[in-house]
Amino acid sequence: MTAAGAGAASGGASLSALPGGRSGRGAAPRHHILSVLVENKAGVLARVAGLFSRRGFNIYSLAVAPTDEDERFSRITIVVDVESAPLEQVIMQLDKLVNVVSIDELSPAEAVERELVLVTVAVGPTERSELIQLVGVFGGQVVSVGADRLTVMLAGRPEKIDDFEGLLESYTVLELQRTGRVALPKLERHH
Amino acid sequence: MKLTGAQALIKSLEMQGVDVMFGLPGGAILPVYDPIIDSSIRHVLVRHEQGAGHMAEGYAMVTGRPGVAMVTSGPGATNIVTPLANAYMDSTPLIVVSGQVATPAIGTDAFQECDITGVTMGITKHNWLIKDVDEIPRVVAAAFHVATTGRPGPVLIDLPKDISNQTMEWYWPEAVEDLDLPGYHPVTFGDPVLVGEAADLIAQAERPVLYVGGGVLKARAAEALRALADRTGIPVVTTLMARGAFPDTHPQALGMPGMHGHYTAVTAMQRADLLINLGARFDDRVTGKISTFAPEAKVIHVDIDPAELGKVRVPDVGIAGDCRQVIEELLLAMDARSDKPVVRDLAPWWRQIHEWQERFPLHYADADGGAIKPQNVVEQLRDSADEDTIVVAGVGQHQMWASQYWKFEHPYTWVNSGGAGTMGFAVPASIGAKVGRPDRTVWAIDGDGCFQMTAQELVTASAEQIPVKIAILNNAYLGMVRQWQEMFYEERYSEVYLSPDLPDYVKWAEAMGCVGIRAETPEDVGPAIEKANSIDDRPVVVDFRTDAFEKVFPMVPAGASNDDIVVHPDQLLGEVLR
Repeated sequence: MTAAGAGAASGGASLSALPGGRSGRGAAPRHHILSVLVENKAGVLARVAGLFSRRGFNIYSLAVAPTDEDERFSRITIVVDVESAPLEQVIMQLDKLVNVVSIDELSPAEAVERELVLVTVAVGPTERSELIQLVGVFGGQVVSVGADRLTVMLAGRPEKIDDFEGLLESYTVLELQRTGRVALPKLERHH
Repeated sequence: MKLTGAQALIKSLEMQGVDVMFGLPGGAILPVYDPIIDSSIRHVLVRHEQGAGHMAEGYAMVTGRPGVAMVTSGPGATNIVTPLANAYMDSTPLIVVSGQVATPAIGTDAFQECDITGVTMGITKHNWLIKDVDEIPRVVAAAFHVATTGRPGPVLIDLPKDISNQTMEWYWPEAVEDLDLPGYHPVTFGDPVLVGEAADLIAQAERPVLYVGGGVLKARAAEALRALADRTGIPVVTTLMARGAFPDTHPQALGMPGMHGHYTAVTAMQRADLLINLGARFDDRVTGKISTFAPEAKVIHVDIDPAELGKVRVPDVGIAGDCRQVIEELLLAMDARSDKPVVRDLAPWWRQIHEWQERFPLHYADADGGAIKPQNVVEQLRDSADEDTIVVAGVGQHQMWASQYWKFEHPYTWVNSGGAGTMGFAVPASIGAKVGRPDRTVWAIDGDGCFQMTAQELVTASAEQIPVKIAILNNAYLGMVRQWQEMFYEERYSEVYLSPDLPDYVKWAEAMGCVGIRAETPEDVGPAIEKANSIDDRPVVVDFRTDAFEKVFPMVPAGASNDDIVVHPDQLLGEVLR
């Protein structure tokens, strides 16, 4: 197991506050999702990550990317372990960062969450078609093919990715990289 | 108008109304030192960059205007890290401009390179690394805006040398919208509904206490506080950061709460049924063991920083807002319900408080022919001083005695390092305070340990003709640590002895261009103070050889409940306290 399983920081931040000992790697038992709009400036990710470590808040996973709407801003999706600190305190402290423009709290029930995983698996001749079948059942894809290995990709709800990972336990997983989840609010069905 | 980056920086400081800055030049900041020659800004050349930072803090604390310091890259910048941390803890508006190596050299481990924006990220309200010469006026204006609005605090501007040398077309951002701060929206006005709820809680309370913190001073709310206190008759405690926010001679003043607070201030908070926290932050030095702090009290908490509400103690009514605005709103809310009493009859509460005050006033044993008592030095300094004298302290026993025994009558007359507990703060901070208020007498009450950390800035004071007065309460020990070792480590004294006469403080003072005076016996104290007060053309240092065995009382041991406050042994008289 590497830190990759707990999500990737696309800015290359090293997150020292990752909790261990979770059963499902995609889902913290008591987690909240913060969708944080930040200024797209140098060092912003370090400011956010530094705040979490110095205040003793735990990050479960974190994903960063520029927003399409406005190139001045990026969106950081942070899954917060709310056992480490009350959520209000995390939000209030984050809001004090000058580069943080806005914070939306998404409770798991009110959000659509997705995550992507890339896995390279060692496969013998018989396992190969079996694995391709399994990937097909989950709606994933084979993205790279080697003589004795396959790299497959699956995107979906974090729980689904947990399940997929569980089923891979009977194979030899050579490398595994999860992105950490991204999330947006669920839409209202009725007006 | 074309200006170099360096010229634009100095002109931007002038546009902000800066009249003085404290600093020390070096390679990377060299271009910026050239236009200083032609500037209206006075530059005070320090002997160590830490001094520049603390001077700027002292200046800011007495004037209410941001203090400005300028240093070079690398070690120049790291030497001012302690003042930045100190200003962050005490919410002091401080602007530090640091030189940086030229942009192509950043990241190459160049000579005197240090990632100072990275280093200071956690101890500044915000910092900027300027990478485009056109950003300079906007960043300077933004830096002052961030440092002085909302909860004030320190900021740092890192300026690479090549950017200083480039040219730009001068402009000045007049409007806040031009500062490019889309994520910065400090609150000011409190929610009127919550203010009404606060007024309701006050009207119901039987044992209320106004718990006043540094936020009242930052908000320039001393007058509003006075009006609220007079209107309600509620007792007032002023924290270490709020000394002077409420006059100590006022009959409702209970003094300082906390680890070395007045017995009555500590105990009134413990027994209160309502704490009205105005701009304080439930610091551990005030609350003692938090789970046993003021167990019966409901809490109204007013703070301009919303993150303080509920950080330590969850309030019953939490109001994010500027203390002056909120107190004024509260007084209006009280006016609006004039049909009902604003407070209950507090006479029984006051009877209890007066009983504590009579039983446990501040106390120390008289010198009785022996060594000088440090508390007595503070009392004599106080009694010989004008009431608008500015008092500055370092950190330790002397700081507590200064806070306990001085009578603060006016806001902005007390300057000290509260949250960070920075030894060596007093000498440079007193110099900055005197620069900011040259019309006032400035007395630094310092310890011998503290004095040795930053004394070299008295060279700066002599050279710049800044006549501060320094009283060293010289007990030849790191006194507060010694006290803890005596009380909690079975008198096993480890690395706390300094020496009364190494260095020779009088000779050292004289070598730095100051007048040096020594007081060795209780009889020497009065004349020494009189002599010091008669000198106003140069700094004065008085070496008071004080009783090394004196301890600060009362005391709540670290981690203990405030219920377990320890008073002076003389006051025990065999009684069990509670």
